Amino acid sequence: MKEQSINSNKKLGLGARIGDELRRNFVLYLMAIPVLAYFVLFCYLPMFGIVIAFQDFNLAKGVFGSPWAGMYGFENFYRFFTGKLFWPVIKNTLLISFYEILFSFPAPIIFALMLNEIKNLKYKKIVQTVTYLPHFISMVVICSMIIRFLDEDGIITSFISLFTGTRKNYMIEPGAFRTIFIGSGIWQGVGWSSIIYISALSSIDQELYEAAVIDGAGKWKQVVHITIPGIASTIIILFIMRMGQVLSVGYEKIILLQNSYTKSVSRVISSYVYERGLGEGNDVSFSSAVGILQSLVNIIFLTVTNTISKKVTDSGLF
Amino acid sequence: MVYKPSIGERVFNVFNILFMAVMIFICLYPFWYCVTCSLSKNIVGNTASLMLLPKGFSLAAYKKVLADPLILTGYKVTIFTVVVATVLNLIFTTLAAFLLTRRDFALRNFITWTMLITLYFSGGMIPTYIVYTQFLGLENSLLALILPGLISVYNTIVMRTNFEGIPRSLEESVKVDGGNDMHVLWHIIVPLSKAVISVMVLFYGVSHWNAWFNALLYIRDRDKIPLQLALRAILIQEQVNTGEGAVDSMGIAENIKFATIIVATLPILCVYPFIQKYFVKGVMIGAVKG
Repeated sequence: MKEQSINSNKKLGLGARIGDELRRNFVLYLMAIPVLAYFVLFCYLPMFGIVIAFQDFNLAKGVFGSPWAGMYGFENFYRFFTGKLFWPVIKNTLLISFYEILFSFPAPIIFALMLNEIKNLKYKKIVQTVTYLPHFISMVVICSMIIRFLDEDGIITSFISLFTGTRKNYMIEPGAFRTIFIGSGIWQGVGWSSIIYISALSSIDQELYEAAVIDGAGKWKQVVHITIPGIASTIIILFIMRMGQVLSVGYEKIILLQNSYTKSVSRVISSYVYERGLGEGNDVSFSSAVGILQSLVNIIFLTVTNTISKKVTDSGLF
Repeated sequence: MVYKPSIGERVFNVFNILFMAVMIFICLYPFWYCVTCSLSKNIVGNTASLMLLPKGFSLAAYKKVLADPLILTGYKVTIFTVVVATVLNLIFTTLAAFLLTRRDFALRNFITWTMLITLYFSGGMIPTYIVYTQFLGLENSLLALILPGLISVYNTIVMRTNFEGIPRSLEESVKVDGGNDMHVLWHIIVPLSKAVISVMVLFYGVSHWNAWFNALLYIRDRDKIPLQLALRAILIQEQVNTGEGAVDSMGIAENIKFATIIVATLPILCVYPFIQKYFVKGVMIGAVKG
């Protein structure tokens, strides 16, 4: 009734307008059905699945029949906080994430800047084509190559032994895991991730450089005063997005590379969720709770970085 | 205006060119190394030297790999999933992208938000697993490799951006002739979007070819295991056992592992040089918009 009265000053009533819209865009509504059905079934329905984090989930009883967890439903969270793996898992995750932000994040920026200085276009094109390649090779193949190359008689081990004189299987060295994980990650991603910076670089006004040359600015000054400010907004946006994934270290690669020797350093939150929920354990409620905490912390990091960035640089994601 | 580079600059330029040459080497050589090792006769373990050509020549490793039932079913399952899933991806993504370009469609904003929210919120691995297996019946079904990820929001945005570049006047002519939106999509939009559609075929196709994790979660039967999961069983889990003390690697076994890597990667390595320009194009469209 109320809606009717609001719309009554318009030409048609609400019902008539809905009817008109349905008739006019009938085909579009038909098209929207499969699209929305996909998102509801495969994306939104699983979101309601998080109730199992507050339950003592039991496969036989199902989502509707399982009893609520103790401590007003928060027992699973409490078990994670007080469990003996809590601190090691948090520490491993944050360390890998920290080193990724320190090394893997700037690598494509530096690479794009260097590539931008290559004047021979044909050479530049070849370099780009070739450095994108590792991005398209499957994670399973990449990881099995890493494992082959770094075992006791692998080719990288052989190369290192030229300097150290000793050989060992680096894949079972806990001290080497982070270096391998992050180093190979840079190798896989540096070319592909640089595309977005290269496209940002190409949109910088070339007249700025000509003006700088007339003013007598050298190459270095041009980079500092024109190039970097020109791609700064891209860098900031990507940095904020990266900060929103602080606790999401890629589990696929962790699971493929880790073994019983390196679990003490390679067990991160996301791989722990898999391990406890489906891999070795069967504690789906517990690992759902851990998963929720991970998403919560990620959202907090995303928001905080975005707020700081808006205050300091005036640009943000939202 | 003639610009005269300083000495420092010239040193940098030389260094830069050499550095890029090193990049080319470290991105290509690992794959070439796998090829040479897989073709070599009797290498005991990996060899220490930089191998540029195979030592001896033998196809024995490939014969063994191609006779492996795990690899053969893996190939079949993967080709099936890649084809079916990519076709479905294309249909659904095109529909979604098209809906987002219809400005007079009342649900347009609703659909936009429905999609954007999923970029930031999801059920997470375990709740998703429970819902898919308990309510959607995806356990041990090839549909588990096909249906999740049917519409990638990122790809939809790339496609929509492309559709919006098509002049409105073209579709007016269809509407004047009494055609509806389906006619617009099929007779105007799709024929004019061949480039972006091929980008989508490649994006989706490669991701299905490389996928393994959903198979690990949902597939139980041996005859439904896709190639990448079979590779993991052959190449990585075996390695973990080696890590636990046993010395297993005789020369021939080592060759087989490298041959397996090549057999699984060759399709991508072969088409890569031809398709990479499309990939870059696809990302550029997204980058400009995003």
